[in-house]
Amino acid sequence: MSDIDLYTEGAPIRDEKAPEGPINERWDQRRFSAKLVNPANRRKLSVIIVGTGLAGASAAATLGEAGYNVSSFCYQDSPRRAHSIAAQGGINAAKNYRNDGDSIHRLFYDTVKGGDFRSRESNVYRLAQTSVEIIDQCVAQGVPFAREYGGLLDNRSFGGVQVSRTFYARGQTGQQLLIGAYQAQERQIAAGTVKMHTRHEMLELIIVDGKARGIIARDMVTGEIETHFADAVVLATGGYGNVFFLSTNAMGSNVTAAWRAHRKGAYFANPCYTQIHPTCIPVSGDYQSKLTLMSESLRNDGRIWVPKKGGDDRDPRQIPEDERDYYLERIYPSFGNLVPRDIASRAAKNVCDEGRGVGPGGLGVYLDFTAAIERMGRDAVEAKYGNLFDMYQRITGENPYELPMRIYPAVHYTMGGLWVDYDLQSSIPGLFVTGEANFSDHGANRLGASALMQGLADGYFVLPNTINDYLADGPFEKVDEQHPEAVKAKDLVTNRIDKLLSTNGSRTVDSFHKELGHIMWDYCGMERSEEGLRKAIDLIRELRAEFWRDVKVLGTNEEFNQALEKANRVADFLELGELMCIDALHRRESCGGHFRAESQTEDGEALRHDDEFAYVAAWEFAGVDSKPVLHKEALEYEYVEMKQRSYK
Amino acid sequence: MNITLRVWRQKGRDDEGRMVTYKLTDVSEDMSFLEMLDVLNEKLTLENEDPVAFDHDCREGICGACGVVIDGEAHGPERTTTCQLHMRSFNDGDTITVEPWRAKAFPVVKDLVVDRGAFDRIIQSGGFISAPTGTAPDAHANPIPKPDADRAFDAATCIGCGACVAACPNASSMLFTAAKVTHLGMLPQGQPERASRVVKMINQQDEEDFGGCTNIGECAAVCPKGIPLDTISQLNRDLLGSLGKGIG
Repeated sequence: MSDIDLYTEGAPIRDEKAPEGPINERWDQRRFSAKLVNPANRRKLSVIIVGTGLAGASAAATLGEAGYNVSSFCYQDSPRRAHSIAAQGGINAAKNYRNDGDSIHRLFYDTVKGGDFRSRESNVYRLAQTSVEIIDQCVAQGVPFAREYGGLLDNRSFGGVQVSRTFYARGQTGQQLLIGAYQAQERQIAAGTVKMHTRHEMLELIIVDGKARGIIARDMVTGEIETHFADAVVLATGGYGNVFFLSTNAMGSNVTAAWRAHRKGAYFANPCYTQIHPTCIPVSGDYQSKLTLMSESLRNDGRIWVPKKGGDDRDPRQIPEDERDYYLERIYPSFGNLVPRDIASRAAKNVCDEGRGVGPGGLGVYLDFTAAIERMGRDAVEAKYGNLFDMYQRITGENPYELPMRIYPAVHYTMGGLWVDYDLQSSIPGLFVTGEANFSDHGANRLGASALMQGLADGYFVLPNTINDYLADGPFEKVDEQHPEAVKAKDLVTNRIDKLLSTNGSRTVDSFHKELGHIMWDYCGMERSEEGLRKAIDLIRELRAEFWRDVKVLGTNEEFNQALEKANRVADFLELGELMCIDALHRRESCGGHFRAESQTEDGEALRHDDEFAYVAAWEFAGVDSKPVLHKEALEYEYVEMKQRSYK
Repeated sequence: MNITLRVWRQKGRDDEGRMVTYKLTDVSEDMSFLEMLDVLNEKLTLENEDPVAFDHDCREGICGACGVVIDGEAHGPERTTTCQLHMRSFNDGDTITVEPWRAKAFPVVKDLVVDRGAFDRIIQSGGFISAPTGTAPDAHANPIPKPDADRAFDAATCIGCGACVAACPNASSMLFTAAKVTHLGMLPQGQPERASRVVKMINQQDEEDFGGCTNIGECAAVCPKGIPLDTISQLNRDLLGSLGKGIG
């Protein structure tokens, strides 16, 4: 079937920056071939970094230390609140401290396989190499990782792998890593190399002579629309999971910075690759504003099951062992409860679709610690998972030491994002993208504890060794606020805000966001089909038109106005959602987190079509009501053999 | 549940604020406190009334963005963040009073939103270990006794919400500062800057118009992360040591 009505195909693209040669030498080669900027010249160069999560704060700190003039922006009241802080489980590194056969090559292999052979070998190998340095750097900064009695660092295992390479700080690894990066950034703020703009939201990108040269940002306290210039712009603005309304993302997480860049020419790659995390607390009512993750590390000791019979509503403690189905252990005996996230999520959906789900609405499965408590003792379980158990109890009112947890999959991470080359530069010269905001390293599924690794790899070690190649040609011609491109960008922002404030319709921003979320979850969630996606595209177009006709945003721009902030974000989600569905529709295969009902093996596993789809889908914007243009970047595998993933 | 809310409304930093009463019906006990405020704001918007501004982001108790005084207590009746407080902690028919953090160093931005930039500036003054990005010693080069690492971690779990300041009759930020001094001071990497760090951070705290600490302990009693009160003793010992050496 053709999608000619939905998109057009443009010329294929290539990553021009990745060096050839043996894979373990490529990063060294690129660092050597990249032009350098001498310390005296760095003072004359400026960089804007949007976002202060792991990928943004680490980049700001490192570029500031190097001597560049950095301007950092975040929408929160403090850079320390960026959503990296909520990551619980850990960070991977190929240290092989456990002597369990781990190596850089194995981390590389696991990540390529975990991503279902839809990521670039060169990028993933570099990520695995860098992982080792990250742990050293973080320890030097004082990040209090978990330690053993001998004083050395502890490790645990995570889904999709058979070694213990995950470093952690109880259930708060993201917090501790982010505070480390935040402190490094604050040190540079004090040193005067980084200028911080809190409660500022980027609403437009400024391009001059084909180069990214600045941003338009709104001061969220005064409403002032500000113009900021630099020699390069870095987006470290996170993922777009909130297009689903309910997700594990923070309430403010949004796609706006990335989407405005996309509208200005940055390609958006693989937007349909969404990670649905298997272990979240189920939805409890329609007032619900967000979903809470229970760390994947719980799958190390918890056992997942549902009753064998459908409609069995007995107290779980009354259901005897032989009437329980520990379905992950049954279907995947070698990985058991530690299969990758996409597989665990889909398996949960399948048992619930069979009518064997538990809890309200039958949308839940048990995560049971009875055996772990018997084996390790309650104290040991508490030491390992105490804060997660407390969080569960606070949200649900149930005690997980006595009653199995109920969990259900929820949107958690987006592997797709702005297309970047090996240097992390987007298709717009001078616009770099780091962390979850880019598409680069995880393919169609991200392994647990790899998001923190990628965010810090990008910010501490990759970008600071590639952006110099671009900046070496600067400083670029000076531009000021009167430059026609700056004026045009600012007008775009003010016109849109005026439109949002003057529509004075009958529906709140949240009501539109929720409706969009339902469409996305129903048709572009855990299972996607031709028919469903086509329907979703029509529904989103109608909803978007209705939004601009009937949205109600009170107040003015010149004040602290949270409804206006949300309206700006939802307006962009309404465009992104359509592109996600088009991408999902055109990819007529299943891979990783993208599961097409039409493409599965006999026993219901994801079935890839490598002959047709072993490429990155990079989308070019052509106008809101025009067909996007697809550019394909072929993926080639020299070091890992492409095969059907098996975790059985 | 039916709830009556008394909410502090204040247009901006220099406006005079006032309490405004709202009634909400059909509140579910499974709602979080902030979801209850979401419901209020949807209702206000449809009635053409300005929704209530409040800070919030992760809604899982870790970013530290949220925080209001509920019935006179920072973060309300449970020892947790406001976003993790659920309506099952209240009763049908309750009147609930909601106010912003009150402290000279935290000026009100709007309604329940305050400016906590002072905390960032305290960290800027010395709340870090100077370890520029680059090739660092191997992570196993320096074993750390588990009790020290655990104590550093416990202090490091501070989320910077500001409840300690809001609860303190002096509006002191001592627990916040002490948590960072303890976190970094327990680690071998933190030793080279230990003596100067505490002095710089205390000086900055004074500059920000926080009050002095008189060891009342309200801060630790409301801290959603359970930062121990004895971190303040550790800070005081460090401070005395530094002053004794003529630092500061």
